Amino acid sequence: MAAGSEKNLKTFIVDVVRCNLRGGLAYGLFCLVLLGCMGLGIYAYSFQARFGLSVTGMNDIVSWGFYISNFTFLVGVAAAAVMLILPAYVFQDENFHRVVIIGEGVAVGALVMCLTFIAVDLGGPLQAWHLIPGIGIFNFPSSILAWDVLVLNGYLLLNGLVPAYILYCHYRGREAKEKFYRPFVFLSIFWAFSIHMVTAFLYQGLPARPFWNNPLLGPRFLASAFAAGPAVITLILAVIDNFTRYAIDRSVFNKLRLIIVVSALINLLMLFSEIFKEFYFPTHHSSSAVYLFFGMDGHDALVPWIWTSIGLNLLATIVLALNPGKNNPRVLLPACAVLFVAIWMEKGIGLIVPGFLPSPLGEVVDYLPSWVELSVTLGIFALGVTVISWLIRAALIIEEQYHR
Amino acid sequence: MSANDQGQSGQHPLDDKTSRRAFLKGVAAGSAAFMALGCVPGAASAAGGELRLRWQEFFKKNYRLMTEEERRETVARLEKLAAVDDGLQVRIGCEPPLPRVLFGYAFNVTRCEGFMECVTACIKENNLDRRSHTQYIRIFEMEPGHLDPSAGDGRFFHEVPVENKFYMGTQCFHCENAPCTKACPTRATWKEPDGIVVVDYDWCIGCRYCQAACPYFGRRFNWAKPEVPQEEVTAQQHYLGNRLRPKGKMEKCTFCIQRTRKGRLPACVEACPTGARVFGNLLDPDSEIRYVLTHKKVYRLKEELGTEPKFWYFID
Repeated sequence: MAAGSEKNLKTFIVDVVRCNLRGGLAYGLFCLVLLGCMGLGIYAYSFQARFGLSVTGMNDIVSWGFYISNFTFLVGVAAAAVMLILPAYVFQDENFHRVVIIGEGVAVGALVMCLTFIAVDLGGPLQAWHLIPGIGIFNFPSSILAWDVLVLNGYLLLNGLVPAYILYCHYRGREAKEKFYRPFVFLSIFWAFSIHMVTAFLYQGLPARPFWNNPLLGPRFLASAFAAGPAVITLILAVIDNFTRYAIDRSVFNKLRLIIVVSALINLLMLFSEIFKEFYFPTHHSSSAVYLFFGMDGHDALVPWIWTSIGLNLLATIVLALNPGKNNPRVLLPACAVLFVAIWMEKGIGLIVPGFLPSPLGEVVDYLPSWVELSVTLGIFALGVTVISWLIRAALIIEEQYHR
Repeated sequence: MSANDQGQSGQHPLDDKTSRRAFLKGVAAGSAAFMALGCVPGAASAAGGELRLRWQEFFKKNYRLMTEEERRETVARLEKLAAVDDGLQVRIGCEPPLPRVLFGYAFNVTRCEGFMECVTACIKENNLDRRSHTQYIRIFEMEPGHLDPSAGDGRFFHEVPVENKFYMGTQCFHCENAPCTKACPTRATWKEPDGIVVVDYDWCIGCRYCQAACPYFGRRFNWAKPEVPQEEVTAQQHYLGNRLRPKGKMEKCTFCIQRTRKGRLPACVEACPTGARVFGNLLDPDSEIRYVLTHKKVYRLKEELGTEPKFWYFID
């Protein structure tokens, strides 16, 4: 790192990059694997660039697939950073203050993944500049997609710039002026709710798709996000606690468990309410749910998928709620991982694909992602993990030096 | 580098129309986009003039914002590029909507016998992708007792008509209150003054939100570059109509805008052997469509959604 007197923005960036290029053998291997996955993703995308989206499993009936499913889920993960910010700033919890920066790192990584998923899903990525106000046309406020572009980029800026400012001050050995950044922190709390509600409105606002056109969609998005997001943050905190010198207080884990349990229970309650509505007196509008849970016209690709998801979701929620190991991490951490996977299954593919089935003209096809979609998705996840680990590594090193 | 290219090919007939501001804007956005994807479309093979055409095509405006002059220019460029890329001699029009015209369509459920002549004519007229069997029109074979195509069979392969069945056609219904145009984030799709819902293929970014928003399955996406045998291409085209679409863009029925704006009937109406299809100007009290709407029992699909389709079904 540069010496104290000559620290400026340039050395800040150089030092952040440099500290991420150094590391032990295990870290090098970890980076190599991520790099390999990203390479595979770029290779797979080259097919899509040449032959169009025909190399994916999507078609005119299921016109959004694995990319948009992952995008939708990851918006939730990004929004969940608020579950660290809220206790830290509103309830002045000191232990949460220490981990806020980690949550913000996760949010930035999730948003980078979200925006990349949107970019790879576009049929004309070279025309994406048509969205930029000034040189293009931004259909605001009519198009909810325009709203989504706005709130996602805004949230990325908020979650990128506030921690960058704090870290830069700490890097230079000064205290960050809370008076200066506090308004932005509170703005980001509201903004977190907005990114998730707007993304839900993207689907909820389509009368053409009765499965989505449901006022519970937005609130349920929030509940599932506030379960899945803190679950993955818990796992990341556990990794940091075990493998670095940055100690994380037990109370953080206990409080996160409570947040996850409450959100997961609300999510299950809403799921039950939806299932009741669809199946107590099934109408034409229930056919997507019939396809999802029981299959239709011999097409049942999603039936095992959704029941696995619901089974895992129930199991993980029960374990986290009853806490059989008395806060034993060997019980709670796997439960967090299972809950995360269960919600990913349900709120990704399990939400997007059945919205299109049966088609408005009553036709049913099965959707399976192609190897291109799977590889590009793997590449984007590797990109996200890289962003998250780089940001958190840099943040922890700077924080450690500052507090010493 | 880009500035040099621009300077050297300054003799091109289309040159003088590009303003300096648009050019500078182009350089900035263009180099960013090309750097991001690491390629200039067709740069290696293209001569200076051709590269220039592509450059101007890439940075042109939304069709609705173009002046008449700019529309003529882009059409001229597209015709040249069709010759260069596919060896096609096409004539692309940009006819504006006719005054005091609002197009409407009616479908006679009693008369249709499921021959699919309309589908074939539509595919031919609109240069639809042959490889993926894209169809704007779908014909559903219906059991008595149903009036919603989702209860019918859209994939029948047998001799028609079948005893005690009837047939219903669907296509884009050109809604007055269209959910698709509301959804588009770039305003690449809109309702023209003559009621036709169109897509600016070159402005579309391919996000497919309009397709998700359409309650009638009226939109089709170009998952790959559409393939049409050279000898089968319909050469009389329209910018908003049947010109060959690039890959990754949305398309749909345009009531054959390239024909109807010149006073002709859509290809499907002309091809129908049973006279089940009626098309005309809703503002003309003497038109056939107005006769049908006044004298027949007409209904529309999914009226509860409030989309106000300009497509009616009727029973004799």
